[in-house]
Amino acid sequence: MGAILIPVAIVSGLGLVFGIILSYASVKFEVKGDDRTEKVREALPGANCGACGFTGCDNYAEAIVNGAEINLCPVGGSELVTRLSEIMGVEAQIGEKTVARVMCNGSWDKVTVKFDYDGIIDCRSAATMAGGPSSCVYGCVGMGSCKKVCAFDAIVVENGLTRIDEKKCSGCGKCVAECPKMIIKMVPSKSEYSVACSNEEKGAVARKNCTVACIACRKCVKECPVGAISIINQRAVIDPVKCENCGACIKVCPTTAIMKYKGHM
Amino acid sequence: MKEIILIAIAAIFVENFVLSKFLGICPFLGVSKKTSTAVGMGGAIIFVITISSLVTWPIYEYLLKPYDLTYLRTIVFILVIAALVQLVETVMKKFMPPLYRALGIYLPLITTNCAVLGSALLIVEREYTLAKAVVFGFASAVGFTLALVLFSGVRERIETNDIPPAFQGLPITLVAAALVSVAFFGFQGLFGI
Repeated sequence: MGAILIPVAIVSGLGLVFGIILSYASVKFEVKGDDRTEKVREALPGANCGACGFTGCDNYAEAIVNGAEINLCPVGGSELVTRLSEIMGVEAQIGEKTVARVMCNGSWDKVTVKFDYDGIIDCRSAATMAGGPSSCVYGCVGMGSCKKVCAFDAIVVENGLTRIDEKKCSGCGKCVAECPKMIIKMVPSKSEYSVACSNEEKGAVARKNCTVACIACRKCVKECPVGAISIINQRAVIDPVKCENCGACIKVCPTTAIMKYKGHM
Repeated sequence: MKEIILIAIAAIFVENFVLSKFLGICPFLGVSKKTSTAVGMGGAIIFVITISSLVTWPIYEYLLKPYDLTYLRTIVFILVIAALVQLVETVMKKFMPPLYRALGIYLPLITTNCAVLGSALLIVEREYTLAKAVVFGFASAVGFTLALVLFSGVRERIETNDIPPAFQGLPITLVAAALVSVAFFGFQGLFGI
């Protein structure tokens, strides 16, 4: 009898002792975690894009609980800020929603292709070779480097030209940093018209390289009723803050360089 | 003193846990992809094995031996190690948050690691004294870390190599592990151990 009872008693006794020690330790050494962290983390989009300036949503959630601003996430937009202010009980200004826009319309059929590029499929790599295969050295390289970094599947590359689906775009700005030609700009999502050209060459040269280039003819500048358009470095630029989306400029543009973007791909 | 140094050297090189005794192969293959994670796991292993040698030795010597229950050692050691790791984790979370974050997921993983159990079982099998047991535990964990870090270096090189499709992934890793193991067999017979 003892041969069975003693081992059972010892093993269960050990188990009991460890159990007591552990339960005592868990109470004694309890680390009070903030339960709001989890709620905040759930509210965040979870794409870990890093646009807020923190490494991933987990870190931002922790930072919010520790007093960081709640409006740093461009992805969640105003809806998220409202939810976060409910959880945290603080007010925050809702920033204007912005989207990324490619300031170029030069697909392969509109530009001259200088050479057949056969290297690594990467914009930076292609752009190092005589500015890329497109005759316009200012325009889109079309290798889709921005598409690779987009966490929201908002970018498509067609016929050597990048297009951003503004309905899917969250405004995280990753593609802006990725583009070697720096032709992706952040604009307020309410803005409908943009000059889809980044060429800074003189009108005749620009037109020779691309059929839809802005030639800085100033027609749109004269037409604009609110004075939102100006010519900067040989091309028209629409100031999205002043622009009232009337669309007068698009009618007079001789090269169709100005495009309507609302919902446009 | 000389004996203790010999035990340490033997445990690190000659009887290396991973490469000679084939204990703890799972973490050896699992966390050796990057050197940084290998170092993290190694740190956690050193920590846990040293403490577990310190705790399992008295339990075996003063509880199991007098009642003639040495056949229970495997289950008792598992119990002790699991409870110990849990306790260490709780205490560490409270008092050493940076270390807790650094070891992270590796600490709970060690609970069921056969290298930890193997070390405790080897200690009682060889009838070490407490001092020797702790030195053996610490040194064998250092040996484990050494193997892990060395092998993570090998694997980082393998990553960039052109490997035939049939060997990609685990097969080439196992072949490389075998070669590293063969290299460690060169220590066999060192100091007459």
